[in-house]
Amino acid sequence: MHEVRIHGRGGQGAVMASGILAAALVKEGRHVMAIPAFGFERRGAPVVAFLRFDDRPIRRITNIYAPDTVIVIDPTVARSIDVFAGMKAGGTLVQSTKRAVSDMALPPHLARVATCDAVGIAMSIFRRPITNTIMLGAFARATGRVGVDSLVAALEDTDFRDAGLKQNIEAVRRGFDETEITQLAVQAA
Amino acid sequence: MSQAAALSRDSRTLVIDGNEAAAWGAALSRPDVVAVYPITPQSSLVEYLAKFIAEGKMDAELMDVEGEHSVLSVLHGACLAGGRTYSATSAQGLAYMFEPYFRTPGLRLPMVVSLVTRDSVTPCCVWGGQQDAMTVKEVGWIQMYCETQQEICDSIPIAYKVAEHADVMLPVNVCHDGNYLSYGVARVDLPEQEVVDAFLGEKNVNWHACLDPERPMAVDPLTGGAGGAGPSMFVRYRKGQCAGMSAALDVIVAAHEDWGRRTGRYWSPLIEEYRMEDAEVALVTIGSMTGAAKDAVDEARLDGRRVGLVKIKTFRPFPAKAIAAALSKVKAIGVVDRAVNFGWNCGPVFQEVLAALYALPVRVPLVSFIGGLAGADITPEHFARSIADTIRLAAGEQVSSPVWLNEFDK
Repeated sequence: MHEVRIHGRGGQGAVMASGILAAALVKEGRHVMAIPAFGFERRGAPVVAFLRFDDRPIRRITNIYAPDTVIVIDPTVARSIDVFAGMKAGGTLVQSTKRAVSDMALPPHLARVATCDAVGIAMSIFRRPITNTIMLGAFARATGRVGVDSLVAALEDTDFRDAGLKQNIEAVRRGFDETEITQLAVQAA
Repeated sequence: MSQAAALSRDSRTLVIDGNEAAAWGAALSRPDVVAVYPITPQSSLVEYLAKFIAEGKMDAELMDVEGEHSVLSVLHGACLAGGRTYSATSAQGLAYMFEPYFRTPGLRLPMVVSLVTRDSVTPCCVWGGQQDAMTVKEVGWIQMYCETQQEICDSIPIAYKVAEHADVMLPVNVCHDGNYLSYGVARVDLPEQEVVDAFLGEKNVNWHACLDPERPMAVDPLTGGAGGAGPSMFVRYRKGQCAGMSAALDVIVAAHEDWGRRTGRYWSPLIEEYRMEDAEVALVTIGSMTGAAKDAVDEARLDGRRVGLVKIKTFRPFPAKAIAAALSKVKAIGVVDRAVNFGWNCGPVFQEVLAALYALPVRVPLVSFIGGLAGADITPEHFARSIADTIRLAAGEQVSSPVWLNEFDK
């Protein structure tokens, strides 16, 4: 079982991203359980979504407390909350940022960091900082646990209210192509 | 990669949340009239229904009325006119619906209404819990609680089959947990429309009373009182309701069996027994908490603990005989509730299980666990503690009851 936690801000589509990723994983034959954490959802407030997937049916319908991978689709939300809380040793961070990994404050037990200037890409595709599908491409590149083609197929099944399917497909592909991966020397947690 | 990799785009496998699964279950059952008023965490369910109707996926009259009292009142009219009816509500919406809700079973109206269960205010909260459904357990509706998104989708056609059965003729609440199931996304295999059509058969919703201007009839005349034929007639009505409830147990079993034959999905109709064969202690669960509890049972089994689990699907009518039989051999029982019984200072399911066990020749100790209130999570770790407490109880130790599972969450 692989557990993912997605951090973002209200309005950026973190919950929608978890649903698209779940659909893509099902297309690859996985079993999934995606749960949005809930509060009084407000635009701009920190938002969390959980996703677990496995080759076997998943029975537990609970939140995630020890993720293998953390996806942070907003460059500043880590200032407001601890995005590394409970993270397993040897895990992967997929971070929306244009900063260098050497400038980031990272916990010692992280194995891999994937960075993507998702806001820059979003401004060129959508003219708005909507980073969710870009960061799914980054997740695919960083972990290899889902294929870009499956993400695109999942997008084709998604009902986009205001942004076009074509733009989101470009977003996933650019997220995949423009993600840089840094391996870290893991220290014991 | 498993067989699912071969799925084509027009396949009937969806990756959806529990509210959309309920909307699909309703759509596949072809109701004639759907009346709705939105309330958290049910809102997206009725939005899906409106969308399905707008897109022509569902051929039903959508009545977007001004509140839940009107929702159920207009459905009374539609159902009395012979229509198949559907709605969904939660918590305060159910409270506002209560006046017609209270009348529905007495009118013998075979409706299906999803309860997207939510804790009740006050303290103010808008999140999951089963306090709403448990508060109305004595009104006379059948109640079935779902464990997964797939079970929600499948249980709605099953509910119509039960409700409309000539021996039952009672309304059914298909309950699914707010938040964890309503918004939780998983894979759902949609049954084919032809399969559901064949399962439900020719629509004959309301054969016993039908509003028809050509053939006027009085419905629900004044009865009861202390003179003449009133008292005996009132007793006849009440006994009829009780007979319908009692008959529902067998009908629920048969309907689930029939559904299983047609879809390959055999859901446990009344209760599910999990690893109970040689169990020395048992947990009793209800609803979406069950998956995490099964994971905890497996963990305890790896440690050599002989633990089993009994999940309740049908809560009304209460499957007392099945519960007593399933729990007849264990040394202690822990019942996990997602609601509070204020009158007995325990969980409501606990109180029901306690009553059912009176039929056993031996007295089995029980402990009440209450968790998952107002959206709180019940994790495998919470269940591991519940199992440990129940084992201590079996060993003759005192365990103070109820145990509030989330009391010390941080």
